Formats: sequence, structure tokens, C-alpha cells
Amino acid sequence: MGKIVAVTGNEAVANALRQADPDVCSLYPITPQTDIVQRFSSFVANGLVKTELINAESEHSAMSAAIGAAAAGGRVITATSSQGMALMWEMLHIASGMNLPIIMPLVNRALSAPLNIHGDHSDGMGARDTGWVQLWSESAQEAYDNTIMAFRVGEHMDIRLPVMVCMDGFIVSHSIARMEYLEDGEVKKFIGPYVPKNPLLDIEHPKSFGPLILTDLYHEYKRLQHEIMGRVKNVVLQVSDEFARLSGRKYGLFESYRLEDAEIALVILNSAAGTSKDVVDELRGKGIKAGLLKPRLFRPFPYEEVGQALKHLKAVCVMDRADSFGGYGPMFMEISSAMYQADGGQRPRLINKIYGLGGRDFMPHDARGVLLELVEIAKGAPVRTVKEYIGVRE
Amino acid sequence: MKKWTELEPGAVVLEAGSSARFKTGSWRTFKPRWVPENCIQCLMCWLYCPDMAVKVVDGKMTGFDYDYCKGCGVCARECPGKQGKKAIVMEPEGK
Ligand code: SF4
Ligand code: SF4
Repeated sequence: MGKIVAVTGNEAVANALRQADPDVCSLYPITPQTDIVQRFSSFVANGLVKTELINAESEHSAMSAAIGAAAAGGRVITATSSQGMALMWEMLHIASGMNLPIIMPLVNRALSAPLNIHGDHSDGMGARDTGWVQLWSESAQEAYDNTIMAFRVGEHMDIRLPVMVCMDGFIVSHSIARMEYLEDGEVKKFIGPYVPKNPLLDIEHPKSFGPLILTDLYHEYKRLQHEIMGRVKNVVLQVSDEFARLSGRKYGLFESYRLEDAEIALVILNSAAGTSKDVVDELRGKGIKAGLLKPRLFRPFPYEEVGQALKHLKAVCVMDRADSFGGYGPMFMEISSAMYQADGGQRPRLINKIYGLGGRDFMPHDARGVLLELVEIAKGAPVRTVKEYIGVRE
Repeated sequence: MKKWTELEPGAVVLEAGSSARFKTGSWRTFKPRWVPENCIQCLMCWLYCPDMAVKVVDGKMTGFDYDYCKGCGVCARECPGKQGKKAIVMEPEGK
């Protein structure tokens, strides 16, 4: 049985990493992730883990060291935020292209300029095409659970992929919430010992990582990468089922909240989904058939399942805490694609709101305003603008 | 040529020493020429060559393997030679 505690999201994630007892942690601190690596460093200093700690001189180096250590044959972690991940960008592709299951909490933070340290999803969304698996988390509990599951997902022999676990900077990383830890022994058993694949340190079997592959085979290697990404969904479901048996907490590819009989819904990630669920309940109390879909596995994106879950709705607003300047919000693009491909051609009317950039508060009245607009659209009112900023001073 | 279904994930090369099949000599625009009379057999060229293109037999420098020498000139730069005269000189390819 687990232990109920009041902790910050960062503390929860640091403890998940401690329980996983990785072989190597290469790190570079950045707000709001700093607290995770600071706590993890003290676990190393106090002998609570056997991890080799590498204080890198930049995030680019932290990810490079992680890649080297993972290729050598170790269980490897790092963690970052915002600019830190932007600096890792080149190496993110290399970690996934080499099929190295590095586990990285990403404490979501806005990108410069202007400089801002608060939570939005620009960093994670910017890593959409890096070939990493992405799990998103609403709360400290979900971030903790996802971090533990990430080891099983990434290290699964069918995929061997790096995984980033996203949670909102400050809103979750620095807020104290009630959550439940699993016992160290349970987590150890759940994650299991690390089984390397093609470790460089197996000197009886020499091998090379990172060869030059030109026009003759590169296309084939990318086809293989696409295939491997396609296997992730099943692995996530399988690991989540096993985790539910251990913890009693059920996770799917996404969370459906009062969606089955809904007519209107929000699609919204991470902490703002919590606020929105309260508003969904409030509107349900007034007879409005509102619901919510909260994506969890964003890469690979479960298009068919999301399409099925939303196709019966009359109107849906996709909420983005990041912008693709000159495009729709990144989540909106995914949902639009899912709905266009959905069976039967039946689909809701879709709108896109950009909210909460740079940590701007997302309040119940924001969710209420959007849901009430959806009520009108569901009745046939015209869509004013497809993509619109909300909570902005006009 | 392999199909994508036959490839090792992560592009890991599991066969040791397979780079011997990858000849890097065709990139060369300058080639090193060994001048044996200036050679003191220090093997600095062998140590520095990034492509293992310095042929050493019984512990002695004997020349270059032009299938792999890419003409970078590192050996010529590092070569101490004898009495101020280099034992490796770089010359334009095809000269
Ligand atoms: S030129 Fe470069 S590649 Fe050729 S032998 Fe000298 S060091 Fe080696
Ligand atoms: S570095 Fe020059 S002197 Fe030394 S072994 Fe090579 S060719 Fe001879």
C-alpha cells in the first residue's frame, strides 16, 4: 500500500526517479526543473541511489552524455525545461534515432523571447517531431505515475525509445498537492532490472552507433522508425493496465471525462484540464451536455481512438497552451486530422483557443466562456474565428 | 540492398570491423608522399592518422594505404622528419 503525502510535482517526480535507481543521470539545471535535479543530486550524495551523476556544462552536453551512457548500456535519466530542451534539440533526434530509452521529465515552460519562466507547452510541442514518446500529466500524481511507467514503456524491447514526461511548470511543479507514493520495493519490482540492448560496453560483441547512412538506406531507417512508433500505443496500454493493477489508478491513451453522452467538449492538456472538469460538472448541473478529452499520449498521437471518442459531438474546442505562429495551435492540428480521418465522415465543428501562454492563469470563467460559445455553435451559430486568443487584454 | 524490415533499429552496426569495407580514399584532393630517407620511424603518422591509412609492418612505417587515406594532411603536419626535412609531403592528387 502506498503512502499518502503532500508534495510538489517536482518532489514527486524526483522520488519516482529515485525509485527507478538509474545507472546514470546527466543534468543541467533550469527553472522550473531545477528542483528535480537538485533533489536527485542529494539522493546520490546520500547514497539512496547508485546513480553516476554527471554535471554537464549545458543541456546539449547533458543530452549528449545521456546518449553515450545509454548506448554504453545503462538506464539513463535527465530532466529539463524550455530553453534547456531547445538547446538539446539536435541531440533529441539522435537519442530517438538510435533507439535509446532515455527518460526525461520535461517541466513545461514558455520559450523566449520575451524571457519567461512560467508554464506553457511551447517546449513540449516544439519537440513533437523529435521521435520521442510524450506522456502529459495533469497533476503531481500523474507526473509521478507517468514517470514510473515511462521506464517500462521506453525500455520495452518492442520499441526502445526515449520518453519525455510533461507536467506544467510552477502550476504543478511547485504547488503542493495530495498524492500517493508507491512503496520503493513495489516500484523496483514494477520497473524491473535494466536490460540493455546492443550495449557498447559488451566488448565481446563490438558494434558501432551513429554510422553515416546516405541516400541508399536513410529512407529505410526512417520507415523502420515510423514502424516502431506505431507499436508504442499498445505498449503504453499494456504498461498502464499493469500499473492499474499495482496502484489502482487507471490510465489510457487519453482521459475521457463525461464525454459519452456529451454534445460539446473541450480538448485540453495538463493542469488546465483539472480546472475545466469542474466547469464541465457545473454546466452539467445546468443541463448542458458538456464533456472533456485530456490527451495523455501525445506522441505517437492516437488519431483513431481520439476520432472515435469525439465524432459524436456537435462542437469541440481544442485548447492550446502553445502557438504555432502562422498555423493553428499544435493540438488543434492533431484533432483536426483525427476528425477528418474519423469513420463515417461524421464530425463536430471545431474551434481553437490559445490560452495561458507564459503561465497566464487559466480560470474557471475561461473554460465557462468557451463552453458557452460551444453551446451556441452546437445550435448552429456561425464560427467567428477558428483560432483565437482568450484571456488576453484587448 | 536491404529492405527496411531487415534493418537493425537505431542503425546500430553489429558487425565488428565493417568499416574496412568503406573506402574513404576517393575523397582525396591531396595525397601524402612518404620520403623514406627523412623518416626516423617515430610512428607519429600512424598515431595521428584518423583513417588507419599508415601501413606499419613489423613496427615500421612502410607507406600509405591509398584506399583509405583521405588526404587530410595530419600525418604530414605531425611528422618531425629528420634535420628539418619532412618525411611526409602533401602533393596534389593526380600530379
Ligand atoms: S593524409 Fe590523413 S588520412 Fe592520409 S595517411 Fe595522412 S593522416 Fe592518414
Ligand atoms: S611521422 Fe614522419 S618520421 Fe615519424 S614515422 Fe611517420 S613518416 Fe616517419
